[in-house]
Amino acid sequence: MEDKIKIDFDKAFKNYSSDDELNFKKNNLEYFIKNGFPGRKLESWKFSDLNQIINKNIGELNFFTDIKKEISTNKNYITKNIDHNKIVFINGILEEVDFSFEDKDKIIISKEVDTSTKINSENSLLNLNNAFCKNFYKITISQNYSMKRPLIIYHVSTDNLSSTTLNSQLNFILEENSSLKVVDIYDDKSEKNFINTFYNFILKENAILKNYKIDKSQNSNIKYSYNNIDQSTNSISETFILSNGSKFLKNEINCNLKGQYSSAFINGVFSLDSDKHHEIRTSINHLVENTKSYQLIKSVLDDKSKSVYQGKIYVSPDAQKTDGYQLSKCILLDKNTEFNAKPELEIYADDVKCSHGSASGSLNENSIFYLRSRGLNYKQAKKLLISGFFLDVIEKITDEEIKNFIKKTMELNQ
Amino acid sequence: MDEKNLNIIKDYKYGFSTDIENVKAPKGLSEDVIKFISNIKKEPKWLLDWRLKAYKRLKVLKEPDWQKPKYPKINYQDLYYYSAPKNFSEKPKKLEDLDPKLLETYKKLGIPLDEQKRLNGIAVDAVFDSVSVATTFKDTLTKHGIIFCSISEAVQKHPDLVKKYLGTVIPITDHYFATLNSAVFTDGSFVYVPEGVRCPMELSTYFRINASDTGQFERTLIIADKGSYVSYLEGCTAPMRDENQLHAANVELIALDDAEIKYSTVQNWYPGDKDGKGGIYNFVTKRGLCKGNNSKISWTQVETGSAITWKYPSCILKGDNSIGEFYSIAITNNHQKADTGTKMIHLGKNTKSKIISKGISAGLSDMTYRGLVDISPNAENSNNYTQCDSLLMGNKCGAHTIPYIKNKNSNSNIAHEATTSKISEDQLHYCQQRGLNPEEAVGLIVNGFCKEVLQQLPMEFAVEAQKLVGISLEGSVG
Repeated sequence: MEDKIKIDFDKAFKNYSSDDELNFKKNNLEYFIKNGFPGRKLESWKFSDLNQIINKNIGELNFFTDIKKEISTNKNYITKNIDHNKIVFINGILEEVDFSFEDKDKIIISKEVDTSTKINSENSLLNLNNAFCKNFYKITISQNYSMKRPLIIYHVSTDNLSSTTLNSQLNFILEENSSLKVVDIYDDKSEKNFINTFYNFILKENAILKNYKIDKSQNSNIKYSYNNIDQSTNSISETFILSNGSKFLKNEINCNLKGQYSSAFINGVFSLDSDKHHEIRTSINHLVENTKSYQLIKSVLDDKSKSVYQGKIYVSPDAQKTDGYQLSKCILLDKNTEFNAKPELEIYADDVKCSHGSASGSLNENSIFYLRSRGLNYKQAKKLLISGFFLDVIEKITDEEIKNFIKKTMELNQ
Repeated sequence: MDEKNLNIIKDYKYGFSTDIENVKAPKGLSEDVIKFISNIKKEPKWLLDWRLKAYKRLKVLKEPDWQKPKYPKINYQDLYYYSAPKNFSEKPKKLEDLDPKLLETYKKLGIPLDEQKRLNGIAVDAVFDSVSVATTFKDTLTKHGIIFCSISEAVQKHPDLVKKYLGTVIPITDHYFATLNSAVFTDGSFVYVPEGVRCPMELSTYFRINASDTGQFERTLIIADKGSYVSYLEGCTAPMRDENQLHAANVELIALDDAEIKYSTVQNWYPGDKDGKGGIYNFVTKRGLCKGNNSKISWTQVETGSAITWKYPSCILKGDNSIGEFYSIAITNNHQKADTGTKMIHLGKNTKSKIISKGISAGLSDMTYRGLVDISPNAENSNNYTQCDSLLMGNKCGAHTIPYIKNKNSNSNIAHEATTSKISEDQLHYCQQRGLNPEEAVGLIVNGFCKEVLQQLPMEFAVEAQKLVGISLEGSVG
């Protein structure tokens, strides 16, 4: 792999303009070559051995493929039900940015990367992303500005692409009192690629971030998505994950609650079948007093699928009065399904309220019996119970419009 | 004893050492030392070969380092692997023949070996450093056909049983410390309860580390044949020494069809002084196998001692309808560290397991619950319930919960809950209002917090353990 990745790297960045950036990339590339794709020996990849998954499903990977663009005409991935701003990634490359619903001077887009930051060598996929990401965009939402319409980020891949890694990255800064809603929609025509997405959010005082990640289109790609969220005083972040379409998907949320009264909410739904393997890993770091976090993850597994939830609440010695909660539930429908959970608490402060719960099992036979005695057949009863199970999470979504959109996508009708 | 020593002993009353002549194996770990141990115990060849095989395996194994409490590297060549009171090549037949100093030691510890002044209905096997020094109540047990003796004696007298079961639950290819134990284990207890027998009394082993620079590596093997029942207790203490001492024991339990084993531990090794100097490293492997259908293994532990406790008493639920239970109280104070929990591995159909874990950390200590619940695809209709609660006292200590939950069977249910909190001001206020001083109030609340586990201990020990809980937390309030 080592030679191949170096050749691909040289091909991709032959005439790169900035020396600083190129060095930054090269350093990251070195780290990635040293560590490779993560495997089960790493605690955070214990339940999902990415190295093995890539070998088994893709085989040899290209790190750079030069594909002719001919796709821009076909835009049927665009959602018509909601008026929205959009960013479009096609095959990992940013093709379109459209903030037409917003005041022009309030959204500032710049192309830069902070090369001075220490390279994080613990996450080799982040190194890979830094090394191969074509452009580093920074989007700043100005002070006291609330976005009028949500921003939908489309991650589109075309059918002439295969065995390639796609790396994309976006940095968001939410200034004081600003707010942003981001919806991620994946639309994959391609097969057998490794798609690596990295978002970095910095929330200043009183900022509000809502991020909804929707993985619905059925595809055989291997995906990894990492969100880093840094929160200042009084800021709120809400993350929702719908994990459904891809062959393998791991969503990682790392949230640093650095300001008092900041809070983080993470809700997730796994709805899996046919041999899929998905994971959500969260780590919430309570670093100062009076912070709050809430996590609710629900999972329904059918037909040889596997879901993993690794959630960590870390409470530093200074973070008194922390309120942390984690709940994960799973229904296993088929004999060959598997649910793994590792809800972890690491607590160094005493005046805290932290708890977690995890439950997994089969559909409740009594509930099925009750519904059938009311005239539903088995299939309807099962469907109703599962809808109810999911709606518990969906109803936590604070944005009505997007909540209804997600309900529609998931075909959950009340 | 001068006054200074008296003061120290107030903190840890088992901290004295007995001045007794020892026979030791040469320092260090080598094939020769293993042969020396095997030779002095007059072991048959198969056991020596078994030990050497384990030693060979040990050489390729790496010491694990994923645990939360980190410790300085242990120099395995700087330890004595065998230490026994002099003239112990033959175990004395009668208590009268025993060195009076030894009897005195056990008297001081509150373990009367003299059957005249016995604790009611408890048979004791006393292990001093590397050898078992006395086993009481042999006659009564023999009447029921129960074998209760030191494992060295069992190797001589019941080689078939030992050969059949030794290493079947913890194989010599297990992790580092278990393999080390397999290579150099010195003594321990052996229990065999024959078919259909309900053991009429509590069996108990009392472990004592005395010599310095000595690692204690005992091996306990308990076999409950079809339809039998046995309740077993272990207690441990060690003298106060400045250096850290290693204790790496292996405990294997085997329950055949319809059998039940109840294993209780009150662990009170020397925890080190207030500044975290000295103390025992308690790296123990305990594993029970529910081999037969309808069998049951229940672990109860009260962990108050040791500088570092690192152990996971586990149950392998292989037989259909078998049951595994784990009740634990772990208390850490001052600089103590604990990483403890359990593993419940469900293999058979309709297996059930229950985990109740209570952790209390105070002072500058660190407590981790780490547990695994694994329901395999064939374990139809299995159930697990886990509850782990942590109590923090003071803001310089840590409490962590790391459960691993794996469900691979759609007809099985797992429920897990965990909480972490401190003693609420309201509760304290209420108790103090009723006339208790703050320390008493905390004691009362902590005892209530632990009650679910303390109830599982046999009566005599429950009282003892309750006192121990109080003593361990002394000075941590306010």
